[in-house]
Amino acid sequence: MDLSQFERVSDYEWRIAPFGRMRVPAVIYADQALLLEMDQKVYEQITNVAMLPGIVKAAYAMPDAHWGYGFPIGGVAAFDPDEGGVISAGGVGFDISCGVRTLHTGLNAVDLAPIKLKLADRLFAKIPAGVGSTGRLRLDAAEMDAMLRGGAKWAVKRGYGTEADLDRTEEHGRMPGADPDKVSEHAKRRQRDEVGTLGSGNHYLELQEIVEVYDVKAAERFRLVPGEVVVSIHCGSRGLGHQIGTEFLKQMVIAAPGYGIQLPDRELACAPLASPLGQDYLGAMRAAVNCALANRQVITHLTREVFAEILPGSHLTLIYDVSHNTCKQEQHVVDGKPRTLFVHRKGATRAFGPGHPALPQDLRDVGQPVLIGGSMGTASYILVGTEQGMERSFGSACHGAGRAMSRHQATRQWHGSDLVRDLASQGILIRSPSLRGVAEEAPGAYKDVSAVVEAADRAGLARKVAKLKPLACIKG
Amino acid sequence: MRPFASFAVSVFLIEKWNDVANAYWEHFPHQADIGVRGVGPTLAAAFEQAALAMTAVVCDPALVVPDESVEIVCEEPDEELLLVDWLNGLILEMAIRRMLFSHFALTLDGHRLRATAWGERVDVARHQPAVEIKGATYTELKVGRTDNGLWFAQCVVDV
Repeated sequence: MDLSQFERVSDYEWRIAPFGRMRVPAVIYADQALLLEMDQKVYEQITNVAMLPGIVKAAYAMPDAHWGYGFPIGGVAAFDPDEGGVISAGGVGFDISCGVRTLHTGLNAVDLAPIKLKLADRLFAKIPAGVGSTGRLRLDAAEMDAMLRGGAKWAVKRGYGTEADLDRTEEHGRMPGADPDKVSEHAKRRQRDEVGTLGSGNHYLELQEIVEVYDVKAAERFRLVPGEVVVSIHCGSRGLGHQIGTEFLKQMVIAAPGYGIQLPDRELACAPLASPLGQDYLGAMRAAVNCALANRQVITHLTREVFAEILPGSHLTLIYDVSHNTCKQEQHVVDGKPRTLFVHRKGATRAFGPGHPALPQDLRDVGQPVLIGGSMGTASYILVGTEQGMERSFGSACHGAGRAMSRHQATRQWHGSDLVRDLASQGILIRSPSLRGVAEEAPGAYKDVSAVVEAADRAGLARKVAKLKPLACIKG
Repeated sequence: MRPFASFAVSVFLIEKWNDVANAYWEHFPHQADIGVRGVGPTLAAAFEQAALAMTAVVCDPALVVPDESVEIVCEEPDEELLLVDWLNGLILEMAIRRMLFSHFALTLDGHRLRATAWGERVDVARHQPAVEIKGATYTELKVGRTDNGLWFAQCVVDV
């Protein structure tokens, strides 16, 4: 990207003053090297977002931003319904509430070594992953609606987890305001037997070792100890979320002119929050958030079953669960005044600072754990939300490394079997139903996650707490 | 020379089932996902080829046996929205029936589409499916004529 397009506010903040139909500035948080590597499409997309009605303060791109659909992936924007603000199906994305949760295993890496192979094989056998896989649950119409209303709370009520899990999940495991009646029968059919499945693409379940701690106080509060092993689960709302995204995107494309909305890009299709279509999407999208929370909760249960089988008495506790592709109603202070806003985070993580009432009581004074996934073979990170981040990005941070290379380029450069062998020689076991899928997700196809996390930290969006190294990865 | 040769990452010539000449599909790059493009002597042929390109995102279409068929009908105000609807109709059938499709017979009557898609249930060992498709998007969505008069139909699919 050409740096002359930006006003350099600091080494980690780059501003684009409003021009044309932009209502607010656009801001990209990144260091110079990351910005130079970013596709020009990120510039186009973030300035397009700044044109949407009712946008507040600025359109933001996180350090892992890359070319997405309408919004860049790594895009954040807040809208005020009282000022004609909109909700955008493209601004949330197809994989609604795709997210990450991380659990303590109570093991250290030395204890894990003799059972790592067995654990990886059993996890791969037990947790449905990849194209065409189905879960052990098959939901009838009533159970589907109960799941869409109840989220992870629904799963816990049916024995898939504990109350303590809910306390460590955004929205306490259940997004209020979900309306299953706004979810189509097609979407429900796609989900009927997909609860508890990992999916494919960049979704994974990973065993990781805590290898470095940067913030001792926050690490203590999150109980992150170097040498200990955690499990991270990355997946979303599966077919149901994809179908809701597909259907509402089309409805919004067709309806936008009727609302007087000029779309700079059809993928930015949106509707006023105060319109029937906006409210219908909100109800359906919230149901999909619950679907994702239920999905990660059931996979957590399956993971615990595998651990119990191999290590009777093992106890996996949830550190936190974050969602990436959402639109959430939140209170934010803008120019000294509290306002109710609808914050879109597309491939971005909520990162609330200390004192926020949405945080669990026992973490409220330290801030929200922010879970940043890497790619197979590279590190993942745990950060903590900051007060500065609340000011700078509506309490949002990056969500991962972000792709640097297309899937095609990746398959031309790497072979899945070579990658599996190379990673094994580094002590990282890969289990996947598809070698081509492994090649498409090659670690080298992603940006340097450490540079992304460093930029988020230096920009004040969230503060680094600990680094995690992969030990075994189940790829969807 | 093909009109998109400089843009395409890979080009595969497909011997079409109904033996239409000059029909082919290709993928084009998107940073996170994959672009699918169908090219043919008619708009219907281009739509069929775009569907084949989509199957090729998941696996080699030659591995998919055309055993079972499904019918898809859609209607939209313009050709671009119709392409997205057609591909999303297939994605829905792929997801619900856990199928892959390799042959298509499609007719267009104005902006009304009627198609039969033939394929089979996913066999992980044989098809080695790389990734499931979440949806067809409006990104890089274009339907039109190439310099040499063929029709093309393209968009990015989210995986």
